[in-house]
Amino acid sequence: MSVVTNTTTIGAIEAPSRRNTELALLIFAVAIPVFAYANVGLAMTGKLPSGMLGYGLGLGLMAGVAHLVVRKFAKYADPLLLPLATLLNGLGLVLIWRLDQSPRLIQRAKNAWGKFSPDAPHQLLYTAIGVALFIGVLLVLKDHRILQRYTYISMAVALFLLVLPMFFPAVNGAKIWISIPGLGTIQPGEFAKIIIAVFFSGYLMVKRDALALASRRFMGLYLPRGRDLGPILVIWALSILILVFETDLGTSLLFFGLFVVMLYVATERTSWIVFGLLMSAVGAVAVASFEPHVQSRVNAWIDPFACYKTDKTGACQQIGDAILSFGSGGTLGTGLGQGNSDLIGFAANADFILSTVGEELGLAGMMALLLIYGLIVERGVRTALAARDPFGKLLAIGLSGAFALQVFVVAGGVMGLIPLTGMTMPFLAQGGSSVIANWALIGILIRISDTARRPAPAPAPSPDAEMTQVVRP
Amino acid sequence: MNKPLRRIAIFCGLLVLSLMIRDNWLQYVRADELNASKYNRRVQIERFAHERGNIITADGQTITGSTETSGTDFKYKRVWKDGAMWSPVTGYASQTYDASQLEKIEDSVLSGTDNRLFFDRTLSMFTGEKKQGGNVVTTLNSAAQKAAFQGLGDKKGAVAALNPQTGAILALASTPSYDPSVFAGNTYKDGSNYKTLLDDKNQPMLNRALRQTYPPGSTFKVVTAAAALENGLYSGIDEPTKSPVPYILPDTAHQPLNNEGNIPCENATLKVALQWSCNTVFGKISADLGNDKMKAEAEKFGFNKEIFNPVRTDASVYPKDNRPQNAMAGIGQASNRATPLQMAMVAAAVANDGKLMKPYMVDQLQAPNVDVLSKTQPEQMSQPLSAANAQKLQKMMEFVVTDGTGTNAQIPGVTVGGKTGTAQHGVDNNGNPYAWFISYAKSGDGSPVAVAVVIEGSDTTRDDIAGGKLAAPIAKNVMKAVLDSKK
Repeated sequence: MSVVTNTTTIGAIEAPSRRNTELALLIFAVAIPVFAYANVGLAMTGKLPSGMLGYGLGLGLMAGVAHLVVRKFAKYADPLLLPLATLLNGLGLVLIWRLDQSPRLIQRAKNAWGKFSPDAPHQLLYTAIGVALFIGVLLVLKDHRILQRYTYISMAVALFLLVLPMFFPAVNGAKIWISIPGLGTIQPGEFAKIIIAVFFSGYLMVKRDALALASRRFMGLYLPRGRDLGPILVIWALSILILVFETDLGTSLLFFGLFVVMLYVATERTSWIVFGLLMSAVGAVAVASFEPHVQSRVNAWIDPFACYKTDKTGACQQIGDAILSFGSGGTLGTGLGQGNSDLIGFAANADFILSTVGEELGLAGMMALLLIYGLIVERGVRTALAARDPFGKLLAIGLSGAFALQVFVVAGGVMGLIPLTGMTMPFLAQGGSSVIANWALIGILIRISDTARRPAPAPAPSPDAEMTQVVRP
Repeated sequence: MNKPLRRIAIFCGLLVLSLMIRDNWLQYVRADELNASKYNRRVQIERFAHERGNIITADGQTITGSTETSGTDFKYKRVWKDGAMWSPVTGYASQTYDASQLEKIEDSVLSGTDNRLFFDRTLSMFTGEKKQGGNVVTTLNSAAQKAAFQGLGDKKGAVAALNPQTGAILALASTPSYDPSVFAGNTYKDGSNYKTLLDDKNQPMLNRALRQTYPPGSTFKVVTAAAALENGLYSGIDEPTKSPVPYILPDTAHQPLNNEGNIPCENATLKVALQWSCNTVFGKISADLGNDKMKAEAEKFGFNKEIFNPVRTDASVYPKDNRPQNAMAGIGQASNRATPLQMAMVAAAVANDGKLMKPYMVDQLQAPNVDVLSKTQPEQMSQPLSAANAQKLQKMMEFVVTDGTGTNAQIPGVTVGGKTGTAQHGVDNNGNPYAWFISYAKSGDGSPVAVAVVIEGSDTTRDDIAGGKLAAPIAKNVMKAVLDSKK
């Protein structure tokens, strides 16, 4: 005689929460940057850096608090996202600190502004704000579907953030910053990236059927109806406008790519991809042909060493320097603190931080770093696959797609694979907006993955259950 | 919605993959090329990051050094001892203006980045020893170099001396010269010094011993004589050459070729013709042999191609030409041109019984701990003439020194063979002529030294400039220095 138990087994056995896995990984994610920190100190001055203890404790504390919050408020969340983000952020801090020690960059800053202020302490502060925002997201956002309510507000906010930098002076040729006296500068595009993904998710979830089904077949492709083309045209026009008025190649590419990806996922229509590629190609070529800032970037990409032959200034020297920096690193790199990546005087710890990784950690370090980024994207896509609601799916793929595109655009630009754009490597590069926004992004992904992996509530016991079980042999 | 999600996942994977491929392309495939790129400032930084290895003469004298500096990029600076005397050998290594010659060619050893030094580098990483570059041991003889440089003095010219039996370069001087120390750093003063040197109309940075070709004048008659003997034009050096005075150039109606002064050239033997440097005889020989045979013989001596020793030496030229020009080329007065090193090679081949050894100036490369990384083995380059003919030619050249135009090169107790030359140049030959002297000395076991000296026109009168008077004493002192250092 078997004992009759509850037959609805699926979901009843609690899925492992994997929180201990996360904790174990976090220990590595904190330990590795601490070792890297020690490594830089030993290589550059021959002794352990004095700030090592405080730095390790700070990073460990932030990771620990974040972990406890996840354990309490997002118990079933993906266990890899937090450790990976912590590791990248920690390594980024080490690299920025390493470049702060560079006599060349110190001299350069003194020549340019009369004084030098290290960036690492600021970055540590931004990291703390970022982790706080991460915790805030998990505390406030109990369910990601709440965001769905703010679809059109998101749109307005995102547009506002995107347009805002137009009214501020250009910095280094690109208008992507706004400056608030006393607070410093903010890159609103980094935040707009997340908010616009919320808007796209909400919008597409509602409109996906109309976009997917109402179409004509032409030459094997499902062509959308004219009126359904409206939104994509608006977004396209917007990204072109960003490109023209803010001369920001990266943000423009990112938003358009994000929209095409999400549209494709929502409608499952390949024709959107074809349209997207065609339109971005047309837009890019058109803008590149008359916008001098974009043009100079494209020329520098075609021949990185062209301006070494003439005068040693401008964008093309940066990219040439970055390529030389990568090449000089070779397979194993020079070792942290022992390379000359600080020869790239401009934005060495921001846009070009990757070349320090390339030169000092070598091909091996770069591969590991790219894998970490790949893993974050992979966990994001997995979250999208596991999500049970279309809004969650769209939001997760939107955020991870944006992350992947940003990594590609920045790393590809610095390595000379595509023209260079003014964006920052998520978590790694110096810059408050970027770190804070990306922690929020990870927070949202963790929330979605928590909802996705949370066991379905056990079905309410049916009052009829007992009756159907009555028949016995 | 999961199907497009999976496709997007693949797409994102491809993005990351393309980054990885690009990174491999940069950091693995192109790493060496980028690492050595002329645009890469790290090359200079690495060059001066450690104490640079030294260039050492064959007799153990260190001719370079390194001093510590306080700059941000460059920890050390290159210095030279007697820079002006040695710069035609060492070249320069500047923090601002790259490097040249041995400093550049052997840079990887000198700056310690050479793959052959990998073990040393790894070892010093563990022992904590200071990193250091390896040394370049040259074949140069410091006494001979000094004799050459001081002999040239404030005259414009060059000296090249070889060991005929091995091809080892013993002296390589060029004047006016420059001291590479004055622009080795990266200060404003280094820059202006460099510019001054570049703008100097006397071209102090031109390495005349290797990079300047001159009309060889009568010294080329040695090559012409070798061609005559090799092609069997005459049975011996004492057979009359049936040559008239003046000799009318072929294919011309009345273009006479005359001799300098009243010398016994009519129907002279080869030996007498070389003794007095008869233009008529050697012009006729060259014309009789024809352009092809003359060119072939010159090429066997090393003409018409660049020589790397390992520093590049300009190609000396014996061109294809018409008959009158070819006849003139036989006396070194047409469009054939030669570097001083080339003419030293001519003398060396004759002295070494016809075997021409490939010239070289790096004897060995040493690791910082004086382990030998590589050693140059002497190598035969060609055989311009048979041993028998070479010995005949030696007799002729020795006769020039005992009884002819080259008496100024006599060294008591030593057999010396030589040939003078006074090459005219310029429009209508109105430039100050070049004084040449090529020679070799013989001791018991073969010849230890062959030398070529050229002095560009000085303001003295033409008669004074004749090779025997200006150039031969310098050659004599260089040979003496080599012979003395053998004792």
